[in-house]
Order: sequence, then C-alpha cells, then structure tokens
Amino acid sequence: MNSFTFTQATAVAGAVQDKAAHDDAAYIGGGTNLIDLMKENVARPTHLIGLKKLGLDTIEATPDGGLRLGALATNADTAWHPEVEKRYPLLNQAILAGASPQLRNMATDGGNLMQRTRCYYFYDLATPCNKREPGSGCSAIGGYNRVCGILGTSDQCIATHPSDMCVALAALDTTVRVSGPNGERTIKFEDFHRLPGDHPERDNTLEPGELITGLDLPAKGFEKNFSYLKLRDRTSYAFALVSVAAALELEGTLIKDARLALGGVAHKPWRDKEAEAMLVGQPATADTFRRVAAKVLENAKGYGANTFKIELAKRAIVRALKQATEMNQVLDTNAFQNSNP
Amino acid sequence: MSHTTDYIGKPTNRVDGPAKVAGTAKYAAEFSVPNLLYGYVVSSPIAKGKITKIDTAPVLALPGVQEVFTHENVPSLAFLDRSYKDDVAPGGSPFRPLHDAEIKYSMQPVALVVADTFELARYAASILHIEYQEEAHETELVKHIDEAFEPGRGKTGYKPPKSRGNFGKGWKQGVAHIEANYSHHAQHHNPMEMFATTVEWLGDKKLTVYDKTQGVFNSQQYISKIFGLSKDEARVISKYTGGGFGSGLRPQYQLFLAVMASLQLERSVRVSLTREQMFSFGHRPETLQHVAMATAEDGSLTGINHFAVAETSQFEDFTENVVGWTGTLYDCKNVELGYRLSKLDVFSPLDMRAPGAASGSIALEIAMDEMAYAAGLDPLEFRIRNYSDFDQAQNLPYSSKALRKCYTEGAAKFGWEKRTAEPGSMRDGKMLVGWGMGGGIWDASKMPAVVKASLDADGHLTVSSGTNDIGTGTYTIMTQIAAESMGLPIEAVTFVLGDTTLPESPLQGGSWTAASVGNSVVEACTKLGEALLKQAQKMDHPAFKDAKIADVQFANGQLRLRSDETQAVVLRDLVQASGEPKIEAENSTVLAKLEMLKPPKYSMHAHNAVFVEVKVDPDLMTVHVTRVVNAVAAGRIINPKTARSQVLGSVVWGISSALMEESVMDHRFGRYMNHNYAEYHVPVNADIHDIDVIFVSEEDDKVNPLGIKGLGEVGLLGVAAAVTNAIYHATGKRVRDLPVTIDKLL
Amino acid sequence: MSQVTQAPLGRPPVALAPTQPVSLNINGQAHTLQIAPWTTLLDALREYLDLTGTKKGCDHGQCGACTVLVDGKRVNSCLSLAVMHEDSHIQTIEGLGTEDKLSPLQQAFIDHDAFQCGYCTPGQICSAQGLINEGKAKTEAQVRELMSGNVCRCGAYSNILSAVMEVLNKEGLIIEDKGWSAGTTKPEMAPVEPPKK
Repeated sequence: MNSFTFTQATAVAGAVQDKAAHDDAAYIGGGTNLIDLMKENVARPTHLIGLKKLGLDTIEATPDGGLRLGALATNADTAWHPEVEKRYPLLNQAILAGASPQLRNMATDGGNLMQRTRCYYFYDLATPCNKREPGSGCSAIGGYNRVCGILGTSDQCIATHPSDMCVALAALDTTVRVSGPNGERTIKFEDFHRLPGDHPERDNTLEPGELITGLDLPAKGFEKNFSYLKLRDRTSYAFALVSVAAALELEGTLIKDARLALGGVAHKPWRDKEAEAMLVGQPATADTFRRVAAKVLENAKGYGANTFKIELAKRAIVRALKQATEMNQVLDTNAFQNSNP
Repeated sequence: MSHTTDYIGKPTNRVDGPAKVAGTAKYAAEFSVPNLLYGYVVSSPIAKGKITKIDTAPVLALPGVQEVFTHENVPSLAFLDRSYKDDVAPGGSPFRPLHDAEIKYSMQPVALVVADTFELARYAASILHIEYQEEAHETELVKHIDEAFEPGRGKTGYKPPKSRGNFGKGWKQGVAHIEANYSHHAQHHNPMEMFATTVEWLGDKKLTVYDKTQGVFNSQQYISKIFGLSKDEARVISKYTGGGFGSGLRPQYQLFLAVMASLQLERSVRVSLTREQMFSFGHRPETLQHVAMATAEDGSLTGINHFAVAETSQFEDFTENVVGWTGTLYDCKNVELGYRLSKLDVFSPLDMRAPGAASGSIALEIAMDEMAYAAGLDPLEFRIRNYSDFDQAQNLPYSSKALRKCYTEGAAKFGWEKRTAEPGSMRDGKMLVGWGMGGGIWDASKMPAVVKASLDADGHLTVSSGTNDIGTGTYTIMTQIAAESMGLPIEAVTFVLGDTTLPESPLQGGSWTAASVGNSVVEACTKLGEALLKQAQKMDHPAFKDAKIADVQFANGQLRLRSDETQAVVLRDLVQASGEPKIEAENSTVLAKLEMLKPPKYSMHAHNAVFVEVKVDPDLMTVHVTRVVNAVAAGRIINPKTARSQVLGSVVWGISSALMEESVMDHRFGRYMNHNYAEYHVPVNADIHDIDVIFVSEEDDKVNPLGIKGLGEVGLLGVAAAVTNAIYHATGKRVRDLPVTIDKLL
Repeated sequence: MSQVTQAPLGRPPVALAPTQPVSLNINGQAHTLQIAPWTTLLDALREYLDLTGTKKGCDHGQCGACTVLVDGKRVNSCLSLAVMHEDSHIQTIEGLGTEDKLSPLQQAFIDHDAFQCGYCTPGQICSAQGLINEGKAKTEAQVRELMSGNVCRCGAYSNILSAVMEVLNKEGLIIEDKGWSAGTTKPEMAPVEPPKK
C-alpha cells in the first residue's frame, strides 16, 4: 500500500476541488474495494478524500414519484429501507445477494458502481493485465477465465463487473447523479459502465474528478413480479458466476412490460433491451422465456473455462423469468430471496 | 490407584473457551513485545529462473526501514542439508529461504523488508525492484505422468504399498467390472490464522519465539540447527494455534526469516504472512488415480487395482499413503497397488488433514459406488458383503473394529433403507434428491510423550507437556484425564502446553495426540500418586503405613484407603507437610519407545461410515448437501462435545473438497491464481445444514491403556466421495474430477 | 527465457505521509494514537492498542475474522482506515464481555462448542452481536445466511448456528420459524415420486 495523505471532505464542492488539487487522489466512501485494491498495489493513490461526512446518505422520495438513494447511503441501509423493501424488492434482493452483512454495512451505493473487476489477473501484479496496465496483455484470455465475461468482451479484456446491486439498478432504469469540476450532470445507468473495447482500463464514463452524489430510481419498481437469481460456487459470500435481474409487468398471462439484466457475464451490468422488447406482448410461458434466453446469449462467446456460463445464463434467465411470473419460492434455499437455488 | 470422579467421557466445555471467546487467547502475531520491528516478505512473480538484480538502495533510504534481507546479504548459516531438515521433512534437500538467486517455484520468498512499522514494511516491500531471468517451468502433472517414479524407500520412512494375490486373475474371475480415472486438484490448508512468528530478542542471542506451529519442538530444533542456538537460547512458544490441518507440521519460512532478522538486527521482530502467501508453501498434492475392480456373482470383490500419481517439488519427494488403505478396508484376495511421484516446479506438498487417505478414499469410495451399481447391489450392502474382519495387508487381527456398527447405526439414523437405487428416482418437490455413502480407515497411532504432573501446596494440580492444541481440544481432554486420575475437580487442574521448556511431546498430527499425551497424563499422575503415597507414609500416617498404590484411591482432593474411605489425608496437606512448594512426577517414555520398535501384534485403526443427502436443482444443477450422518468408530471418546466438533469440521471439509475447494494453477505462469479467501472457496455457514455425528461404542484394551484411537482425520474420510455418489444418485451424472462445480453438471 | 521485473516502474518512493493524532473511542474508552493515515482500523487495534482479540484472517474483507461493531453495526475492520473512525463508537470482542463476565453470546459459544481453534471466534461473536442488533434474522435459514460473512475453517458452523439461535430465542427475537430450511428435511420426505422407468 502506498503512503497517502487523508482529508475528510465536508462538502461536495470541497471534495471535487481537493481531487483536482492532487495528481493521484481518490475518493473513499466505504473503502471496501479501494482499500483492498490498495493493499494489492493495484490502486496507488497518494491522497484520499473521505466522503462519509458529506451527508448524501439519505434515501428520499423524488418529486416524480421515484426514490433517490444518496451516494453515501450504505448498501445495507438501502436494502432494508422500508421504501426499497416495499417498492423496489428487486433491488433489496440484489443487494442482499452480494458480499456479506459486514461489507454491506460499510459499502456505499455510489461505491458499489465503482467496484472494479474480480478477474484474478487484474488482482495479481505478477501477471499481465490490460485493465491494470494498458498494453501489457490480457492473461484471462487463454488462462483461467472461469469468472470472466461472455458478452461484450474484446480481445483486450474479458473482465466482468462484479456487482449484484448494479444489475438491479440497470434493470430498474436508474439515473446516476454526478458532480464534478464542470458542475452537475446525470448519466443514464446503461451509459455509466463501459464495455472494455480498446480501453479496458476505463470502467465507466465518469470524467476526471467527477463524484457520484446519488442514484435516482424511477417510480416504477416492478414490485409485483420480479426475481434476482444469483448462481455462484457457494451459497453465500461469493461473486456471481451468472446472475439475472428479471422484472415483469403482467396483464393476465400476457407480459405488458419487462426488464432483464445479467450480472457476472460482461464488463458492465448487461441489460438487454431487445430481449425485453421480445417479451412484451407475449405470454409469460417457459417457451417465451427460452426464446428470449437464446436471443440474449446469441452473440455470447466462451473462452474455455467460462464457456459453461453461456448455457448457465440461458437456464438462469428462464428460471428468473419464471420465478418473476409465478413469484414462486418453492425452490428457494436462500433465507431472504430466491437468488440462490 | 483408583478414582471415583468421572470426567472421562463427559461433554465438558472447553477449558480454554473463556479465553477464546473473550479474545484474550494470544496467537503467534499477538504478543506485545517492546521495540518490535516488522518484517514483510517479498514473493517471486515467476516459477523458475534466477534473480539477476535487486536494488535495495531506494528502499533502505526510506526513513524507518531497518534492513532488506535477500540472498545477497543473508549471513553465513549452517551448510549441511540436514541442518534444515525438520522432524517431518520428506526425503530430498529442504528449501532454504533466501539461500541463493535460484527461483524454484512461484511465490518463493525472495526478500524480507524490516521496518519500524507494519505499514512501512509493507510499503517498502512493494517498491523493492527485483529483476529475474525467467526459465521454462513445468507445473502440469498430467503432462508428466510418464516421468513418474517410485519414491525411494528407507530413510525417509516411506513404505511402498503392498500388493497381494494376482489382480489379473481376480479381474478375470469377476463377472462385473469397473475401471475409471479419478482426480482432484491441489488444496491449501488455509487455516484462519496466517503464519506468523514474533521473536522477542532478550539479548545475547537469547530468543523467545512465538510461532504458529503444530509442534514447538520441531520449530526449536529447526532454528537451533540452522542458527547454532542452544535450547535455552531458542525457546519456542505456541499456546494457541489458529488452525493447522497439517500446515504447521513443518516450520514455515516466516520462522526462519523472523529469527534470522532478529539475530542480525539484535531486535525483536515479527513476520506475518499474507493470505496470498498462505499459498506459497505446502499443500495437498494434486493426485491422479486409477481404480479397476471386479466382483463375483455374489458381489464379493475378486480384484482391486488402485494406482496413484501425485506431484512433488523438484527438491523433495513428498509421499503419502494414498492407495495403501485400499488393501485394508475391504476383503479381497487380489489387490494391486501402485504409487508414483512426478517432480514439478512447485513447493513440496505437505500433509493436509487425513493426508493420503482423504485423496485415496475419493477414488476408492467413488469406485466402490460404481462397482455396487455394476454389481446390482446397494452400496451399503456391497460394502457389508466385502467387510474385512482381518487386516489382509498387515496380516494381523484388528485390535478392535466396530465399522459394522457404523454401517448399521449410521444407516438407521439416516433412513438408508428408504433409498431407491435408480439415479434420479427420488424427489423432494422439484428438487432431485440423491443419497450416497462412503467411509474410511485411519491409523490409531501413539507416540512417546513426556508429561509432568505437579501438585502445589494449595492442592492445585498442574499437568504439562509441550504438545499443542490446534483446536482439537487437547487442553480440555488432558484436564479431564488428569482430574479423573487424581480425583480432583476440573477447576483444580490446569493443563499447560505449547512451550519448549515443558517436557517433550511429539508434534500434533496424525490424530495421535489424544492417545499419546493422554496415556502419558495417566502415567504421570500415577507417578505423582506414588510420590504422594510415599509422602503420606513419611508423615507416619498409620493407615497408609503398608499401603501399596493399588490399595489407595484419589477422590475429593484426598488420598484415601480403598478398604476404608474414612482413612484419608487431604492432598494439599501432603504437599504442605513435605516442606516443598510442590510434589511432582514425570512419566518415562522408555517403554513407549521400546514398544515402537517391536513388530505390531494388531492392526489398529479407526473407521467411519458416512451417509449424505444432496438436493440438486434439475435445471440449474446447483447442489446442496442437506443432510449428513457420520458414524465413527474411534475407540474411547474422552469428550463427546469436542470430539463431535472434530467430526463436524471433518464433514465440512469433505463437503468443501467435494464441491468447491481447489487451488487453481495457471500453468503459463506456474502460479496458483485464486490465492485469496474470496476465490479459494470453502463453505460458509449457509452451505452447511444438518450434520449428525454418531460415535459407535468400541472398546479396545489393546490399542493403548485408555483405548483412544484419535479423531482428527477419520471423520473426513469418504465424505467427499459420499457427496459425489449422492450427486450421481440424484442426477445420473458420475463426476470423477473433484471439486464437482456447477460447470461439470450442466 | 525472458526478463521479468518486479516493481517494474521503479516506483520512486513517494514522500511518506506524516503521522497524525487520531482519536478513537473503543469500548467506551478514548484513545489517541499517533499514526499515519495508512493504518487500518484492524492494525490500529492489534498493533497500536494491543487489542488483539480482533483477528486478521485475510486482511481483504474475505473472511470476517476482523469483525468489530462500529456504532453498533458490524464491519470488517481490515477494510477501514482508523482515521475514518474519529467520531465512531467502536466495540471489539474485549468490549462485549470478559473471561469473568461473559456476554450471553460468548457463553452460548462455549456451551455449544461453537469453535475449535478459536481464531475466527471473536469475529463470529461480534458478527452475531451485529446480527442481533440488526433484528433482521428471524429463522434458522436467515441466521445461516446472515452469519455467512464469517468463515470458519474448522467448520464449526452448525454449532455457531445453535449458539446464535439460543441467544435469539432467549431474547425472544425468533418470531417465526418458517421458510424452507434444507437442514430440517426429514428422510420421510423422499421419495415422493415413484421410481422412474
């Protein structure tokens, strides 16, 4: 870990100014990912700007009937917030499927978006990694890529975004509020994270110095028909091999509106709007779901150790949509959600 | 000597429990010593090659950095290989940390940075510039099967497995046959406590070394030989060990580095490894196995062939008994066994919980399941038909063997008779249900151990031996045995361990501590009893004048006459009258050592049978182990509570081995890549459901006076196979390469 | 044969950040440490305050051994900087109870033999205390899930569950025991379908 100085910011503007005043500064919210990366020497900031005294930790209704999550609200407080539990249960489930109770108590909602990949090679300085060291090569391609992506990959990087929460946020059409040297702006969630392309070192579209201040959930929460399904190597406290956020609006047996996003498969939470469009107007049946699943994975590419994810993702999509339709917890082995058959 | 209290066999709470739950139990890295320096290890990024340049100057320039130790400035130390051999070193040439520029394996320690604070040492280590000339490495076992060799016999203690009869003939006699390959990957012990050593510099080369180890004497003799220290100069202490599972059997390199730095800098030094570095030394070796079996019409085994190839390092031949158990566990005239090693550019493997047997039982017990299906028999019935009442491998009768009871009591508890044989035939709602079983065998060993029993003038008994408690319950069961032996309440007895100033005890491994130290506790207490009786006689107590030790008993803190319990003397009065602060006695190990030289008269083993239920999602192929019954025959159980915990832990290990545990090597780098707790998966609480432990009654007056067989390993045997067999029963998919991760079932 | 360089950038030593006074309230006691910002809360406890009941099991938030309570909430102290906690009330295992005066959880852990080597134990107990404080776990399955941030390599999970359940039950915090729990499946439940074929 580098030596660094630390200041506790008390206002957004001050934090943004402090960031601009230092060459290698980083914002720190909960610290659950950043400190880990610093101990691994993957992140080497020389100045940290503490955000926990900015406020921004409230969860409040927005004028348009939605809900604003303060960037500094913890994942745990968000998951258990009465409005989230009631109106956005998909988000509640996704958050609770991630990490551990301790980490969720520390990790912030803004920080959740800023998590970096868990690709083994990204974390290990002994191996080349384009995301960590642009131009050094991708070790995951041709290597042990069980945890890596199958959708939207590039020949530079096949890393995945590790978040569960973000998969639900993507499905729910969240808007990211940011503040930076050039003032405030909003970013549509689907535009926030990037695909690796030729610049895998860039995870997202934030401009230098920009700070996430909040996440706006629109009014529609799909609280009646939803499912967050997470498949992993153990029942809890493990990153997703594949996860699916499915949300439906049903009219009888017909699908009136649909949301579908995948985690653990791509450099960003993988929302598939074409698949959603395919669902709309169709009967909520296994047949429909299978067709849609095939479509989502149509252009998927396996890299050996992770090729199984293609089939697994198809089955997970079918199951998640089925669970969302039936709100059926029969195969539920998880305490709080149907995320873990 | 006789007693009236009754502690043995009772589920006593751990005597070290309060210290552990209150956080006052001190582990190796937790001893507060003044003026402490911190060492941080730099590990090699390559698997093979040479260090060509190390630039220590910028690091040394950092204020607070005391020294950077590398092969270039390590002091001249012991020259001979044998000085680096610890008590359990396999044949070969032991690894010497910072010895030369050569890199033998990935993550090899290449430098130790010593600084005033932990944070500074960690940072300084991260900027140490090292250049390497990389050479081609070989780490892939499957590519080196052809070069596998039979390990050398003799001085390393390795005994090749014994074949018997004629397998070829047996195979031809059979009417049903199976033959398959089985494999599992490397596993790392990963105890919760990372390896650490705190060396307290007491001046003039005198050190107190707080080490994470399973044997303080092994650590002591290792550093004594290398650094030329006397026993007095190198005191090693390990009161609490945060898990071992075999990893602490050999001194790990942080011990060497911390002691070296302390002696060089004449300061107290602490070196702790990181979780990543916990993947930089011994591990359960990747092992490839082949089993062929045949049965006659009646389901009796006509032939078994079991062959294994395991990895070892380039510098040591690590061996374990993988296939030997196959020759003992089942009745069969024709058994052919083979074991080979292949040298790779990895660190030497190391005993890991039920070494060899855990690996061998995966292949054997899956094969037994396959054979049962091929022979059209229920897997339990098949095992009962091939029950061994006589150890054919050693040609000896068993001292005791209650495995049959494990089968019947375990099956009854599990409800095995309700099993339908057809794979996929059992359901719980939509979930596929699978029931599988397995079992195993482990040595009941006993080693010489010295114990001292000391009674003070307050009537408090202190019993001590330089053994260890890695979580096994040693503190507690030795206290129970001593309290029972001397007729004292538990509170009046303290057991002390983990210090080289105490009487010498073997390191804690092989499931032998309870038997070895336990029986010695009885012997020492008997000696103490004799001394106390002598004191009573010295005091002219008329009742004891002509009494022999057999005529007296110890109860309620008194020495009393068996024939007339009213004739009694309070123990502490005996000590007070002696004029000495305490009366003490030590057992002798002469007989125990002679005993070890004699050929055994009996085959002495613990056994188990395990029954497992899995539920498998038919679409997603996720597996949950929903019920386990593990029936164990391990002689006398001193403390059913701590004993049960050992078996519970073993079951968790078996589930882990079956479903998740695997050190993944990227052969391009010759490096384990999932070197952290996030990606080296072991079960969490949510993975573990109902586990039933049964200790079947098994009296054994031949194995050792207390009739103890040991419990550290036996509970693990067959568990991974039983899970795998249950998955087959649920799904019809036979996976022979462990762990059975979801991709292998899709 | 190729050349490999470690610390390849040559990373010129950055100027070391000076130490600063950091005030921490731990177990109701105020402490002021003179430390650099790079000291984690875990290392501050263990190396600077000799509060070694809080354990280092991985140092990366992957095992839970370092769990402490910050303002009543359980967190991984290894992933937090001491300097971030100047206004917090920190509770460690030493603050939950002592050998002579054990907390109900500590006693339950002993009674149920909910540990072997003891190294993960303080973290398990602090985590269980956090779970009780949260009040979200109402069933066995939920306790299992919400105790899954604490790895126990000795495999004491069933006993840990029993210990936590005992305290929850005693405090009347288990309201219902519904929800599917694989552990309670009776052998009689299967087979419910006749063998195929």
